[in-house]
Amino acid sequence: MAYFSSIGVKRYRFDDLKTLMARATPERSGDCLAGVAAESAEERMAARLALADVPLSTFVEQALIPYESDEVTRLIMDSHDRAAFAEIASLSVGELRDWLLGDAADSAALARVAPGLTPEMVAAVSKLMRNQDLILVAAKCRVVTRFRNTIGLPGHLAVRLQPNHPTDDPRGIAASMLDGLLYGCGDAVIGINPATDSLSALATLEHLLADVIERYRIPTQSCILTHVTNSIQLIERSVPVDLVFQSIAGTERANAGFGINLAILDEAHQAALSLERGTLGDNVMYFETGQGSALSAGAHHGVDQQTCEARAYAVARRYRPLLVNTVVGFIGPEYLYDGKQIIRAGLEDHFCGKLLGLPLGCDVCYTNHAEADQDDMDTLLTLLGTAGVNFIMGVPGADDIMLNYQSTSFHDALYLRRVLGLKRAPEFEQWLVEMGVVDAGGRLLPASASHPLLGVMPKQEAA
Amino acid sequence: MSDISQQDSWQKLKCFTAARIALGRCGVSLPTREVLRFGIAHAQARDAVHLPFDAEALAARLTAHGFTTLMAQSQACDRPTYLRRPDLGRKLAPAARQALCAAETSCDLVFMVGDGLSSRAVHEQAEPFLIEARSRLEKEGISVGPVVLARQARVALGDEVAECLQAKLVVVLIGERPGLSSPDSLGLYLTWQAHVGCSDADRNCISNIRGAGLSHALAAQKMTWLVLQARHLGLSGVNLKDESDLIEAQ
Repeated sequence: MAYFSSIGVKRYRFDDLKTLMARATPERSGDCLAGVAAESAEERMAARLALADVPLSTFVEQALIPYESDEVTRLIMDSHDRAAFAEIASLSVGELRDWLLGDAADSAALARVAPGLTPEMVAAVSKLMRNQDLILVAAKCRVVTRFRNTIGLPGHLAVRLQPNHPTDDPRGIAASMLDGLLYGCGDAVIGINPATDSLSALATLEHLLADVIERYRIPTQSCILTHVTNSIQLIERSVPVDLVFQSIAGTERANAGFGINLAILDEAHQAALSLERGTLGDNVMYFETGQGSALSAGAHHGVDQQTCEARAYAVARRYRPLLVNTVVGFIGPEYLYDGKQIIRAGLEDHFCGKLLGLPLGCDVCYTNHAEADQDDMDTLLTLLGTAGVNFIMGVPGADDIMLNYQSTSFHDALYLRRVLGLKRAPEFEQWLVEMGVVDAGGRLLPASASHPLLGVMPKQEAA
Repeated sequence: MSDISQQDSWQKLKCFTAARIALGRCGVSLPTREVLRFGIAHAQARDAVHLPFDAEALAARLTAHGFTTLMAQSQACDRPTYLRRPDLGRKLAPAARQALCAAETSCDLVFMVGDGLSSRAVHEQAEPFLIEARSRLEKEGISVGPVVLARQARVALGDEVAECLQAKLVVVLIGERPGLSSPDSLGLYLTWQAHVGCSDADRNCISNIRGAGLSHALAAQKMTWLVLQARHLGLSGVNLKDESDLIEAQ
């Protein structure tokens, strides 16, 4: 079915719903690369006019990617909660924006309708929203998850400690991990991107993290960010796996490019649950996403990259994850060209994920071939802190020497806490107080050279 | 610089990693010296991406060492286009295609040197690497054809280059995405019977070729091993496992 709108004497036609959505999207290089973006600023606004009038019920009736050929579409359609949807079923996309911004849509109401919202609905409404709208609504959403601590409470911010090393050297990893802990980071997860695929090397890393967490009784969880099939094998070999990680995307074919499907994720989820390693809760999955992944795999079906990203959240939602991380600027300028596009995408992803009921965090990041710098990251970091992001990354000096990109640093997390008054996960903050890392107010204390945490390191100097 | 900032007591951990640890702080913020140090690294990485590829100067140096060179250009006309349109960086501009197809060659292997995302890497590493690589290949009786110098090039541009020159093997040397501590890193991609439409799974890759990474000699040794294996097996890519390490260990 085609959609039409007129601006002045000019009449615009959009062949179908996915075309309408793509034309309405704020400009970004990935949609231009895919050939789905609006050709003019006016066409973009014409598409938004038409999109504002589309009834939400349309998204329940019309699949952007055919039901028969895509298991993510089937998941979205089959798991749609019609009872939860009933409250907003009569609204159009434009009216949904007004409803979301209204005072009646408080935290409880947003949580109530979340199962009735589909990724396409939230993607559509985001295209009509300004950055401040994305922030305001996301700030009303509450998504709290638990494993060994509590993440997502109002007024709180957690940090993934990311102590990567280019050759997975255990001492190098331990040094970065200590640096992060002594800067008060690591409540979301201590998570390593390994350089290796070797199961025995992965097991070594799992043990390294598990030993530190156990020895110092740190109320946090560990994760080795390897392929889900590796994690399943590690669990079968009785390696202590806390969280199971996987990169996911919003179409069946893009997920196939990652070497996964829902059946494999189901198996991994069950394997992780079987270990019962969480003490406070059983949110055991850690997912990463990012706009552009479907196009990059040649699997976007003509759907714009922001809508594809929102569909990935439907995959995540099935597994009640502890953490969902949109790695927003990692993919490069052919998908998000500059600081402006990265900032907008970060806010969209956080908004869409939160509205769908997910514990969204953000890797506020960029690569050196993107038109972006630390100032852009400061801006996005501050905006996401204001929007109530569940967690951010903590990388020593913001420079990941294994993945070769810039993320946020331990100092950045302290900055955000200071200006916005954000606290750490309560169990983790209590531990930091007991360890003498922070004072009762959560402020960093000077650490002596004989701090017990430094006992993690081997005594001798590096060779 | 004065010592208003607070030092971290775990300075000695710096010997275990190149990561930016124990940076100290002023309140909760980075000390000035660290902000500047980071700024320099980012500036160098940015410059590596945007520095134009001086193909003429490289050609002159290679010619002086007895190499034959050919010039080429992708369909990406400038850097902004190159960064936005990876598809155009994988196709030869029509004039370049004509010139390459007209070139008379008879050889086992051609090199394509492309700027990729770091001209600096190519400027600094291509010449010494090629000299090292040629001497090893010739010892094995493998003839090295012309070196194609390609502007605004992606890895897959080498497939079309190989087609035009009718080469059995193409080795692409290309500037890698620069990291903060590695603005000068060269990547190498080897493809057997390359043709338009080859995928990354058809290639073997050697990365991080640079002073502080993989040396030119070791990279050339690995490449020669892969070249010989590719010729022996008649393939490259995921089915050609790099076991050159095992050879070294013996």
